[in-house]
Parts: sequence; structure tokens; C-alpha cells
Amino acid sequence: MKYFRLVWAGLWRKKARTILTMLSIVVAFFLFGVLQGVNQGINEVVNNLNVDRLYTSAKSNMVDGIPIAYRDRIKSVPGVLHVSHWTFFGGYYKEAKNAIPAFATDARELFAIYREIKIKPEYLDAMERTRTGVLVSEQLADQYGWKIGDRIPLGTSIWTNKEGSNTWYFDLVGTFDASEFGGGFPSFYINFDYYDEAKAFGQGVVHYYIVRIDDPRNAVSIAKAIDTQFENSMNETRTQTESQLQQTQIKQIADINFIVNAIVGAVFFTLLFLTANTMMQSIRERIPELAVLKTLGFSDNKVLVLVLVEACVLCIIAALVGLAIAAAAFPGLKVILGNLPMPPIVVIMGVALAVGLALVSGLPPAIRAQRLNIVDALASR
Amino acid sequence: MSPIVSLRNVKKSYVRGKQKVEVLHGVDLDIEAGEFLALMGPSGSGKTTLLNLIAGLDQPTTGEVRVAGKRIDSLSRGALAAWRARHIGFIFQFYNLLPVLTAEANVEVPLLLTKLSRAERKQRVKIALELVGLADRAKHKPNELSGGQQQRVAIARAIVADPTLLVCDEPTGDLDRQNAEEIMALLQALNRTQGKTIVMVTHDPRAASFASRELHLDKGQLIDAVAHA
Ligand SMILES: Nc1ncnc2c1ncn2[C@@H]1O[C@H](COP(=O)(O)OP(=O)(O)O)[C@@H](O)[C@H]1O
Ligand SMILES: [Mg+2]
Repeated sequence: MKYFRLVWAGLWRKKARTILTMLSIVVAFFLFGVLQGVNQGINEVVNNLNVDRLYTSAKSNMVDGIPIAYRDRIKSVPGVLHVSHWTFFGGYYKEAKNAIPAFATDARELFAIYREIKIKPEYLDAMERTRTGVLVSEQLADQYGWKIGDRIPLGTSIWTNKEGSNTWYFDLVGTFDASEFGGGFPSFYINFDYYDEAKAFGQGVVHYYIVRIDDPRNAVSIAKAIDTQFENSMNETRTQTESQLQQTQIKQIADINFIVNAIVGAVFFTLLFLTANTMMQSIRERIPELAVLKTLGFSDNKVLVLVLVEACVLCIIAALVGLAIAAAAFPGLKVILGNLPMPPIVVIMGVALAVGLALVSGLPPAIRAQRLNIVDALASR
Repeated sequence: MSPIVSLRNVKKSYVRGKQKVEVLHGVDLDIEAGEFLALMGPSGSGKTTLLNLIAGLDQPTTGEVRVAGKRIDSLSRGALAAWRARHIGFIFQFYNLLPVLTAEANVEVPLLLTKLSRAERKQRVKIALELVGLADRAKHKPNELSGGQQQRVAIARAIVADPTLLVCDEPTGDLDRQNAEEIMALLQALNRTQGKTIVMVTHDPRAASFASRELHLDKGQLIDAVAHA
């Protein structure tokens, strides 16, 4: 610590130049703080778009169906987290005019994919325990006055069961809240395993696979990878993203992300040269002084460290000021980011970057100072 | 008593391009503790080179350099730096103070390399500045001081760590006559009252007259000695 005065004094040898260098570092880290913050905000937005879902159907015609055996092969595609499926059952309650959007599915996987749909875990457990179970939306249950424990008869014109009957009976084991999905979400789910076994014909076929993937930005490539698996098979597939429009938005966001990173990169590269140049110039001017320090008994390594510490002090102070201004500016970015405070990781990254900047720009002059020959320097040779 | 500095057959050559130039041709020299030696000679005769060897700033091509009983001609760079901090006080022609530090901070620099506490350092700096008569300029930066005052600060810096030897290279070379005499009187007083051993390079006979012994260097060889009263 007793050397700090030397470092500090060295830093302010040329006040104007130090201030200018500091200002440019402040601006760069302000940019860094804001842009990294925007980056984080963008990631947040992308994650909230719920476009991490893909839909796989038969390539020729959706109603042709695809084998249930595809499930494990789809699951093995890199980037795929969950796979569920839908098979249209249709049916009506009591009279043909009370059409019911009934689907056979794997309920646990399905609700892992549609995270915005709220269901109590115990209903999913009950559904697994009860082969003849059914989960319905709260809205549908209200409409027909169904209560948990009710046995609901469902008429169908398509799926005769093995007993030759066109009426299937299901036990209501739970309800779910699909309001956040906003309309159009099927609301009557039966167990695929039971349905597949009990029906008289057409076993082992589903209409749609629904796939949840790890990163929406990879939707297109993952969709392609899935379809490639089944190319030239009996049942070729076609995989689509949830919304082509949202996909375009994501593409644009990813582009913004890239531009942001490119700007930050370019700014830092420039800054690196600027700082390195300042440090080099400052050391060159101080060669006689450094020679004096060495004359008085400062070792080569001590002088090296003094110069490096000086670079670190310069960069870290300026970086912290820049990041502080960025953090202060964050509320002003509400429009873009929502109510997002600057993530602490940005500060940590920033300080690490400042130290890196200091070392890279400080090392050449520090080594020059370390190697300085006293006798030559004193004689200004 | 053995001399505090002793050089035996010291040769120093520099390589300039492809040419090897010998600057000192086998110098033998003994300096007793408490001496004030003036090393004189024309420009380019090798005075600074010789002083640098005695001060451990440079090393001879061949020969022995012994200071306070220790061979320093073959120490490593690092060991030599530590050795200088303990044994040598430097005074230069152009003062060579650190321009951004105050007088007292400049004087404190050699003490940073010691284990002294902050309070002890402050105390020593104060005494050194009083010895050179600049206690009232402690907070001034070098550019707020005259040449003579700057050289006094440099002298304070040279003596603050109580070195074995003071080495001065043309200490009055940048001063007018009045200031030069004051600086020489100060060095003489340090030699006489504090018992400091001083080796001073100068080409000014007036400055040399303050010393207790004069040696002349010519073309890399010591030629004669004049003893003062
Ligand atoms: N590091 C060096 N490299 C090359 N030549 C040098 C070096 N140091 C001194 N010399 C040469 O050695 C000679 C003596 O130099 P120096 O000791 O500085 O003389 P003085 O101090 O007596 O004026 C000069 O000719 C000088 O050019
Ligand atoms: Mg000289």
C-alpha cells in the first residue's frame, strides 16, 4: 500500500491525457453496461415468447398420423427437452351438437411443454394412476357442470371400442386453467395408452408430436433435424414452429443481439489500442524517472508491477464509473427492457474485462520498464 | 583499517555496433571510510563509468569491485538493486527528483524499500530535510523549487536511508556559482560532521577543492592524486 502514492502520482503525470483516456474507458464501459443489459433483456423477452415449441405431423396429410414409435427418436434429437403428442378423438357429450375437443395424450409431458397452463401436480398424478382418467379445462367443466369424480360418457362416431360400443366412459380426475394460452387450447385430455389399447382398430398412431426445445433460436435447425430422421421412411414428417411470425421476430432479435455484441467488441478493440498507446507514451516519458527508481534500489520486477498496477487502477476506476452510469441509466431503458435492473453479472463481467484490458494494454510498457537499463537511461542513450 | 571501496584491475568496455571500446583500462583504487573524494577529468574520460561501477549501477568487464567488504562485481541484477538500496545514496547533475511528488515524498522514496513504519519514515524524512535546510519546503513540488533547492532535496533523499556511501555525478554541473558553493559546503559538512564517505565526479576545480582528495582520470586511467588539507 505504501507504494500507492507512487502509482497514483505516476497516473496523474499528465492530467489531461489521463482524464481523456479515462473518459473514453468510461464511455466504453457505459456502452458495455447498457448493451449487455439490453442483451440480457432480449434473452428474457425471447424466453417469454414461448416459441420453444415445435409441431411434428405426417408430411402428406395430418390425419394420416405417424407412429408412436417415433417418440423416442424425436426425443433423441439434440436440443429436444420434452416430447408429447396429440391424437384427435373428437366425440360429443350426450347429443351430437355438444361437440367435445377431446385428445389422447401423454399428460405429464404435455403440461411440461405448455408451461403457461396451470395444473395442480396431484391431478397429473391422479391422471397417471387412472387409466380411464380425463383432465378438462375449468371452462369446459363449468359449462357442463362436471365435478372431479364424475364419470363422463363420450359418444364418438369414429372410434368404436373393443366392446363394440360407440360410447366411452371417462373419470374426471382434474381440471386445468388454460386462460393464459388465450383460446384454442384443446380442453379434454384422455390417456393415450388407454385409448390406444381400447379402440378396435388403428393402433399405435398419433396425429401430432409436440416438442419443447432448449433455445427458440435453434427452432429451425432442430425442426430440420427431426424431419431428416424420417426422410425416405414410410412416414415422412413435417415439423413446424408454433408461429412463423414469432420465429421471424426471434431472428431479428438474434440479429440485434449479434449487432450489440459486435459493437461492444469493436469499441473494446479500439479502446485497447487507445489505452495501450496512452500507457506506452506515459512510460516512454517517464523513462528517466523509472531509471531513478531502479537506481534507488527498486528491482526490475517491482517496477513491472508498479506499471501494471497503474494500468489496473486507471482501467478499473474508469470502468466502475462507466458501469455506475449505465446502472443509473437502466430505469430509462424501461421501454425496451421492462422493469429490469442491471444484472450483477454485468458488473462482474465488466470488472473482469477492465482487468483484462489493463493487463493487455499495460503489459508491453511494463515489460519495457522492467527491462530498462539504468546506465543507458540515465545517460539518455 | 581496510578501505571502504577497493577496485582491482577494473576494466570496462562497451560494444558499439561491431566495435568493442575499452573505457576503463585496469583501474586500481582504494577509498577510505570518511573520505571525500573528487574524481576529475575531461569529458569522456570515463568518470561516470567508474562511478557507476562503484555504485553498483553497472558491472566491470573484468576486475574486482569491493564495497564495505563485499564483492559486488558479480552480483545478479536483483541482488545489486537490493544492495544499492542499502548502501548507496545518489546525487545527480539534474537532481532527478520525481516531478509529481512533493519534496518530502521524494525524500521518502528510498525508505519505501525498508521495513520502517510510516511514522518512522516520516520522522527520518523530517530530519533529512532539516539537515539540508529545507524543512519549510516539504510540501513543495520540484517545479516550485530552485535548482539549488532541488539539489538539496536530492541530497536529503540520498542520505535519508543512511547509506554506506554517497556518490555524486557532477552535483553542481547545473547550478550557478552561488548555489554550487552552497551545495558543496553542504556536502562538505555532511562529510565532516556526519562522517559520510563521498565519491564525487566533477570537472569543476572549484567544486573539487571542497573534497579531501582529488583523483584525475584521463582516457580511462587514473593519473595522479592531489591531497587537500
Ligand atoms: N553504455 C555505453 N555504451 C557505449 N559507450 C559508452 C557507454 N557508457 C559510456 N560510454 C562511452 O565511454 C566513454 C566514457 O564515458 P563516461 O564515463 O560517461 O565519461 P565521463 O563521465 O567522464 O564524461 C565515452 O566515450 C562514452 O561515449
Ligand atoms: Mg559523466
